[in-house]
Amino acid sequence: MATTYRTCPSSGLQFENNAEKLMRWNAVVGVLWLLVGGITALLVILTRWPAIKLLPADQFYMILTAHGIDMIIMWILHFEMAVLYFASSTLLRCRLATPKLAWLGFWLMVIGGIMCNIAIFQGESSVMFTSYVPMQAAPHFYLGIILVAVGALVGLGVFFGTLVVAKKDKTYQGSIPLVTFGAMTAAIIATFTILAGAGILIPTFLWSVGLIKEIDAQLYRMVWWALGHSSQQINVAAHVSVWYLTAAVIFGAKPLSEKVSRFAFLLYILFLQLASAHHLLSDPGMSAEWKVLNTSYFMYFAVMASMIHGFTVPGAIEAAQRKKGYTNGLFEWLRKAPWGNPAFSGMFISLVGFGFLGGISGVVLGTEQINMLMHNTFYVPGHFHTTVVVGTTLAFMSITYILVPTLFRREMILPKLCQIQPYLYGISMSVLGLVMMGAGTLGVSRRHWDMAFSGAPFQYEWPGAAYLMMGLTGIFGVIAVLGGALWIVLVVGSLLFGKKLDGGTVSDKPTPIPSNTKAASAVSHTDKDDHVAVPGTVVLALTLLVTFVLYYFVNWKYLSEVWLLS
Amino acid sequence: MSAILPPSERLWWKQPIDKVEWAWIGIAFVWGMIMFVMMVYWHVYGKQNLSNEAYKTTPEMFAAKAEKFIAENTVRTETDLQIPVVKVPAGGDGYLIARLWNWYPILELEKGQTYKIHLSSMDYQHGFSLQPVNINIQVLPGYEHVVKMTPTKSGTYAIVCNEYCGIGHHTMLGRIYVK
Repeated sequence: MATTYRTCPSSGLQFENNAEKLMRWNAVVGVLWLLVGGITALLVILTRWPAIKLLPADQFYMILTAHGIDMIIMWILHFEMAVLYFASSTLLRCRLATPKLAWLGFWLMVIGGIMCNIAIFQGESSVMFTSYVPMQAAPHFYLGIILVAVGALVGLGVFFGTLVVAKKDKTYQGSIPLVTFGAMTAAIIATFTILAGAGILIPTFLWSVGLIKEIDAQLYRMVWWALGHSSQQINVAAHVSVWYLTAAVIFGAKPLSEKVSRFAFLLYILFLQLASAHHLLSDPGMSAEWKVLNTSYFMYFAVMASMIHGFTVPGAIEAAQRKKGYTNGLFEWLRKAPWGNPAFSGMFISLVGFGFLGGISGVVLGTEQINMLMHNTFYVPGHFHTTVVVGTTLAFMSITYILVPTLFRREMILPKLCQIQPYLYGISMSVLGLVMMGAGTLGVSRRHWDMAFSGAPFQYEWPGAAYLMMGLTGIFGVIAVLGGALWIVLVVGSLLFGKKLDGGTVSDKPTPIPSNTKAASAVSHTDKDDHVAVPGTVVLALTLLVTFVLYYFVNWKYLSEVWLLS
Repeated sequence: MSAILPPSERLWWKQPIDKVEWAWIGIAFVWGMIMFVMMVYWHVYGKQNLSNEAYKTTPEMFAAKAEKFIAENTVRTETDLQIPVVKVPAGGDGYLIARLWNWYPILELEKGQTYKIHLSSMDYQHGFSLQPVNINIQVLPGYEHVVKMTPTKSGTYAIVCNEYCGIGHHTMLGRIYVK
């Protein structure tokens, strides 16, 4: 069990040797998958851009399948493993539980990822990320995903084990930090999610090798989405944790209320497991009562949780800034924030984009009757590019600007370009999401090779505005790919050529987190005077609410204008 | 003192919540309730609700029903492929087959009449996307979905397939006439 602990001189973070290596390898593999995902993104964009239409149909569907799998599973899961090890071993300053098992999990994920990609690029598994039955992929497509899931499950076990180690070794006092708590909710959701995934992918694998005769299409959709959507809730819990982390590192921001923030994380666990429902709103096999119950009672409590985080994260930043003296007007705290620091600018764009674009569009899309206006249209990928990409990927990208110097001990190269990157990527991706939703509102289909329907027995001409939206999708898609490529170049370039930084002192023993509870309780009487009002955040939150309400009712108006259905 | 350290106040769950935060939690809760009520309200007073009527079926059973309907109600054929144009009796049942890669047959409806359109797939999953109205319904093999529709405007409508169904997905275009 011999291991060492390194204390980073610039951040004071303490990295245990095994955990540090695992974080680095997971992050590096994640970035490599992002590279594959980015190249496929460019090919997808250039094919859907009506003026270019680069690939033939068979290659387009193959590449689109790879893009979905490599981005949403491989890149994000590997990065999340790094986040989990960071939130446990690093923040709690303890050794990683069972590092050998953690490596086993890592290699299972790597092998599974490669296996799945081989299946896709052999061309016999162009079934999309969702792999809806009865369309069938090659057996090693499903097996690859199963291996990735098992590997991730092992990693989750190591994370929970590490929490136990920290508790046993008493490396901290009181409760775990909020960021660790958030990561823990992500890990709990992930455990349920992966079990649901096993529940559908193992039978599907057996069906693909001929051991099971048939899988019901509706049943598949219901169980698959317990994997497919809940896994996005892992991302939400993870990137909200990363927001709190960034705010803490850059501003020393303290949660407005530990109780409120933790309660909001808890709501994610309690109410997101049934998130599969809003993918089935236009399906034949579910009753209206089931749909309404699952999208309201279960989903809206999770929406409430996100709205709470959307308030408390900027609120924590505002409070920290006001304490530093940025107290003029409503927004001096925001104006004078370090907009030149890519870790902050990326995090803030991620927060605003996720709330205003991803959040609002998601709730509208998940409204039982309104779903009929958008189901399977280009609106859907428009929505999730503003949640998973602007929200999760951009949050992960921005925290990397902190991780490269502390975890990899390298200075970021080309600081001017680092400053630009979050804006380039975040803004173009946000606009991309918007114009995709615009095209979807006009009816344009997702996962569709040719909006001119060449070879069809009839013709249908989309409105000119739809072509305009698809052209804009092309332009902003290409800019977003450039922004993503710039990030990869900066990160990989810094890892290879960045100035080496002092690693700090290495010790055989962890230094426990200094107990500040006594000191803090001594001043706790003054805590009430310490309270800072956050009027700027209130204004931001109310702006979100007004936008939300208006857009929500506009869609009911649209719905009232279509054919009558009953 | 921050989100990456244990809470400085050990009994953090006993700390009071600021009233601004309470207010925001309240607003979020009330808004959630309003959105819930809207869906229920629309089921009672709204005129666009997706039908719940669905039956388990098989491709063979559904095809037999559809062929019978086509044989009894065809008014003409169109295109070189001789696709039947079938006039659905006013207030009656119409059948629409989704299969690789077409919507079969062409349906002819009248404005203001209500029809029960039966949807099912013969093979993979498909997506019924009526354009330019923009109504989108999932079509599954093994399920017969009976959707009551009332066209509100006359014209020629396209049915786009918007669930990926293989290499010919983009050629899967159907047609509905409304007189």
